[in-house]
Amino acid sequence: MELRTGIRERQLIGQRVAIAGFGVAILLSLLVVRLSWLQLVEHERFVTASEANRLQTLPVPPARGQILDRNGVVLAENTPRLQLSVIPEESDDLTQLVAEVQARIPLSDDEVRAFEASLKARRRPREPVVIRDELTDEEAARLAVDAFLFPELRLQASPRRYYPYGGLTAHSLGYVGRLALEELKDIDERRYAGTQMIGKLGIERAYEEALLGQVGIERVETSARGQIMRTVDRQDPVPGDDIPVYLDIGLQAKLYDILGDRRGAIVALDPATGGLLALVSAPSFDANVFTGGVSSRLYRALQNDRDTPLFNRALRGQYPPGSTIKPMMGLVGLHYGAVTWQTRINDRGFYQLPGIEHKYRDWKRWGHGQVDMDKAVIESCDTYFYEMAVRLGIDELSAGMAPFGFGRRQGPDVIGDVAGILPSREWKRKDRREAWYLGETVIAGIGQGYWVTTPLQLATATNVMARRGSFVEPHFAVREDLEQGVRVNLGTSNDWERMIDAMEAVMHSESGTARASGQKISYRIAGKTGTAQVVAIAQDAEYDEDAIDERFRDHALFVGFAPADAPSMVLAIIVENGGSGGSTGGPIAREIFDYWILDRNEGATPPDLEFVEDVNTRVIARTYADGG
Amino acid sequence: MLTAAETGQFESFRPKRFAQRYGLDPFLSLMLLLTSCFGLVVLYSASGQSEYMVFRQGMHVLVGLCLMALLSQVRREVIVQLTPVVFLVALVLLVAVLLFGVGAKGAQRWLDLPGLPRFQPSELMKLALPAMVAWWLTRHPLPPRYSHLLIAAVMLVIPVGLIAKQPDLGTSIIIAGSGFFVIFLAGLSWRILGLLCAAGLAALPVLWGVMHDYQRARVLTLLDPQSDPLGAGWNTIQAMTALGSGGLLGKGYAEGTQAQLKFLPESHTDFIVAVIGEELGFLGICLLLVMYGLIIGRCLLLTSRAEGHFGRLLCGSITLTFFVYVFVNLGMVSGVLPVVGVPLPLISYGGTSVVSLLVGFGLMMAMQRTNRVLSGDSS
Repeated sequence: MELRTGIRERQLIGQRVAIAGFGVAILLSLLVVRLSWLQLVEHERFVTASEANRLQTLPVPPARGQILDRNGVVLAENTPRLQLSVIPEESDDLTQLVAEVQARIPLSDDEVRAFEASLKARRRPREPVVIRDELTDEEAARLAVDAFLFPELRLQASPRRYYPYGGLTAHSLGYVGRLALEELKDIDERRYAGTQMIGKLGIERAYEEALLGQVGIERVETSARGQIMRTVDRQDPVPGDDIPVYLDIGLQAKLYDILGDRRGAIVALDPATGGLLALVSAPSFDANVFTGGVSSRLYRALQNDRDTPLFNRALRGQYPPGSTIKPMMGLVGLHYGAVTWQTRINDRGFYQLPGIEHKYRDWKRWGHGQVDMDKAVIESCDTYFYEMAVRLGIDELSAGMAPFGFGRRQGPDVIGDVAGILPSREWKRKDRREAWYLGETVIAGIGQGYWVTTPLQLATATNVMARRGSFVEPHFAVREDLEQGVRVNLGTSNDWERMIDAMEAVMHSESGTARASGQKISYRIAGKTGTAQVVAIAQDAEYDEDAIDERFRDHALFVGFAPADAPSMVLAIIVENGGSGGSTGGPIAREIFDYWILDRNEGATPPDLEFVEDVNTRVIARTYADGG
Repeated sequence: MLTAAETGQFESFRPKRFAQRYGLDPFLSLMLLLTSCFGLVVLYSASGQSEYMVFRQGMHVLVGLCLMALLSQVRREVIVQLTPVVFLVALVLLVAVLLFGVGAKGAQRWLDLPGLPRFQPSELMKLALPAMVAWWLTRHPLPPRYSHLLIAAVMLVIPVGLIAKQPDLGTSIIIAGSGFFVIFLAGLSWRILGLLCAAGLAALPVLWGVMHDYQRARVLTLLDPQSDPLGAGWNTIQAMTALGSGGLLGKGYAEGTQAQLKFLPESHTDFIVAVIGEELGFLGICLLLVMYGLIIGRCLLLTSRAEGHFGRLLCGSITLTFFVYVFVNLGMVSGVLPVVGVPLPLISYGGTSVVSLLVGFGLMMAMQRTNRVLSGDSS
């Protein structure tokens, strides 16, 4: 019995084991079916999926073109740098990440704040946000050791735009800055794949298209964490074009050196081409602070600086042209027959409209006496031009001045300049919704009233004088085709020559307003001084320079060109609150012309780069002094 | 009986005869060794060419094989007698894990007792539970009566519940399975089996209710992996992509982009079969399945040859549990079962798993009717 039970039990277990074995066989075959479906039937589909996993297409940003001055000195270049950034979408805890980074490399509070600010700012999806702009080799090595712990961090070589003379060129070259979200709609986004910087101002902005270059493509094998394992294939980017410009860095430095601590602007043009030899706005700032993400404190300091270093006086400063336009005004008067060279008026120190009490005063309290056109220009007689403007009428006055370029923006590659105002009946009706008054015509005759110009406009207009009646647009970049210019139809060539003779007399005759600056000279300068009022002086009150606040003193203006008979440079100078054009502007002009014509042989002698660097250091010292 | 050397009789040394005589099953031992070696080769690729990991795993395999050989020499009666004691100890340790266990990712699975290496008591239970159920059922006539079944069920539910609470769903299911197999092999009536299946289906909604969120996500992912491709679906999608892109012949050893570029998660542990599928192709996996098939087949043969009901039930349970590992792991990797943490036996990296598996095979060999060096048994 016991034995039989044992046998029965053993049979039972054997039966169950057989059933189990059968089940095992069925399930194993099911697995084989499933695997063959995956591996044999659907093979192609999964190959595609695995390739898509593995390969990633990355943009390779092109090297931005350089900007070179007339002698080939590099004004804007790209320097290698290692940048630490993070793709915020890939990080779970950015605060923790910053702490981890801080445990390895020092991060200043400013950098952390800047990082947090740029996190909040709107940006392109998956655009890396910079944590540390520039890493030293040692810091990079320390981070690289633990890089695998933080796949969301990007440690990459991203060339930095560098301006070797950033203080001297900031207002002409402009600078590149981080591509902002608002700018995306104006650009072809594919061309900026991988590029984070875009020209914001100046030449950098004007020639963005050419400087940028063509983006390349790289197909890389990446791990699941996004690390690049190797490059599969690559289409190289095409670097951007180098842009040669007319700027002469030696001249540019010289101008900043001469201006020193004074506020103002100087524009120097090449008369033959309209090329901008120099464009100075003082004080300036170091453009390099903007290429690497400017710290908010430094930016605020620059913005709040009472001397407005960020403000481009040469392009955006609007000053009454004052007496500097008198030679041109004279030509307009002659052309429309308001006066002839022989017309004389008697100046008693003021002008009065018939039947009106108000006195329009001459700068010379007791008057110039008998004045004709030559004397009116040489001595800058206001009364003569009051009278002439009234005879001319505002319509012909503004029609005659318009071809000199007043009242409109300049040049195809000049970015950010303002139009200024050339007053006219039409303008006043549109802009002020008011009728024109005769009294306004009177002061327009000496470049006051509503009339405002930029230093660039003054230089362009003066260039028309230098070119004896031919207008060219000012421009930065060197152009192959020589500028023919637009004829300005005012008077005969004799009129132009005689007016230029008068401008020479301003510098070199005994009665010229800038005679002090025209002595002991081997060449001839044609110039005109000007003084722009900052505050109106009450009737019968005396302008006393010493008695008023420095900030309310007149602006000193000067325009001119030299050598007078074959000009190689046109200048427009404005020194804010500099007093009179003759005493401040004249000496500055003389020093610049001497440098250009005698020392540099009209720019043919290479600049002294040591001097350039020295001036640049002085100019940018202020940027960091304010920010520090 | 004296050994050949002691009797002075010269007999040419034949491994097969030697093993046969002294309880180590030669065929099974060879297959286990081959499979483990295959595992080490795959591990080298799957771990990103880590010699250190291969060395460690190799040491574990060696330890496991030694323990297997050692255990195969223990007398059956000793094992039967020790079973209740070991079971109780394992139970106590499981309670201890819940109270003072350590672990990661919100699961308490490890016990860190002073003076002992860190270990998972659930591993001990993997063998203790089926042995205990077999011990209990073979004390009474087979097929078991309802009252005995009830007590067996209690023996099963308590440890399974404790492990599920850690939580370690994969292991608790495996252990429940190993206990259930004993009951099934002991002759559980088909009627009860049917009722159990019906009850199980009915209990599914309840089970769904008590599941953790991540567990639910895994089940949902199985139904539609693309619903959350970067989250819960990631593992399954990447594993299927690895297998599928491997094709018939694979991408070549250590050339699998999914595995080498780390798209495949857990490529050296639970998902290692995807590495085999990607790099060695369908044929590579088939080779592995053939080896598993031979192991399981041999084990079933050993089960039927085992000595005593206890031995047969225990052997059968160990065999079927081994198969469940294979099936659940492959099912999970190929996307037909939810993702549960079940390693691929003998291949996945992990010392505890391979040692406890080989210990199980040692127990199986101990249940055979052969000579034993250590026990001096001479039947």
